[in-house]
Amino acid sequence: MAKLTIEDLKKIKESTKKDTALREGGATVKITVHLGTCGIAAGGREVMDALLQEMAETERQDIRVITSGCMGMCSSEPNVTVELQGKDPVVYQLMDAKKMRQVFKRHVLLGEVQTDFALARMN
Amino acid sequence: MRELSLHIMDIIENGIGAGADLIHLSIEEDHKKNLIRVTVTDNGQGIPEALLEKVTDPFFTTRTTRRVGLGLSLFREASRRCEGDFSIESREGEGTKVEATFRLDHIDLAPMGDIEGAMTSLIMGSADVDFVYSHHVDGRPFHLDTRSIKKELEGVPINHPKVLQYISETIREGLAEIRRKRNA
Repeated sequence: MAKLTIEDLKKIKESTKKDTALREGGATVKITVHLGTCGIAAGGREVMDALLQEMAETERQDIRVITSGCMGMCSSEPNVTVELQGKDPVVYQLMDAKKMRQVFKRHVLLGEVQTDFALARMN
Repeated sequence: MRELSLHIMDIIENGIGAGADLIHLSIEEDHKKNLIRVTVTDNGQGIPEALLEKVTDPFFTTRTTRRVGLGLSLFREASRRCEGDFSIESREGEGTKVEATFRLDHIDLAPMGDIEGAMTSLIMGSADVDFVYSHHVDGRPFHLDTRSIKKELEGVPINHPKVLQYISETIREGLAEIRRKRNA
């Protein structure tokens, strides 16, 4: 892959004008990666890396990724919460890069909750 | 933690949780002094003086979800294990500075690890926070400031995947450069 420069990034500006508006508030999917001490120690950064790669490959502009701290379920870290607009948030447990990609492709993009990995549905 | 970069990510997350919008990370590797120094400074809400002694106690936390707070105590133990020092300074309303040193050739020193992955994860998850990252190897500097990047991007969001890729490459190559000269 050719090395990116700031000039290359500025060219993205036109295509992301719409994107900026969406990122600022109109996201329809929110993915929260829990990066407390427990999450980081359990491999949360690798999950984030996988998520970043999936975000780079998708055309979707309405997905927002945020990090938060520990949610209190440390023994099941890395945890990832996926919230589709209008649906209950789903907390996934014991995540790794491979599971993150699957959750992204199947739940985030297609709306299919991956119950095998899910810890809970919050409501 | 397996890598120093994971401790660093954890301490920076503390700053973000404290409401900081500007975090300085400084890493110095000095082979003559046989020392690594890691400093994380944030402009978050700070720690009241009365609590400052307690924050490195693993059984103390201001969180309500659980009764342990391991990040600072693990980092302190990592530095002590490597015959280093650890300190926290803080002023309420102004921010907090955490500093840890490690003996560079200590057998128990964890590798620095994937610091570019740590930084891009932090930027991705907290795009409104600015990070100033400076890394010195034997006095040779590498510097990254998300404020300058944001200015140059002219509106392209810093957490856009291509921007994060650029930042990751910039860090990786910058660190290789300052390390390469040492080996030459």
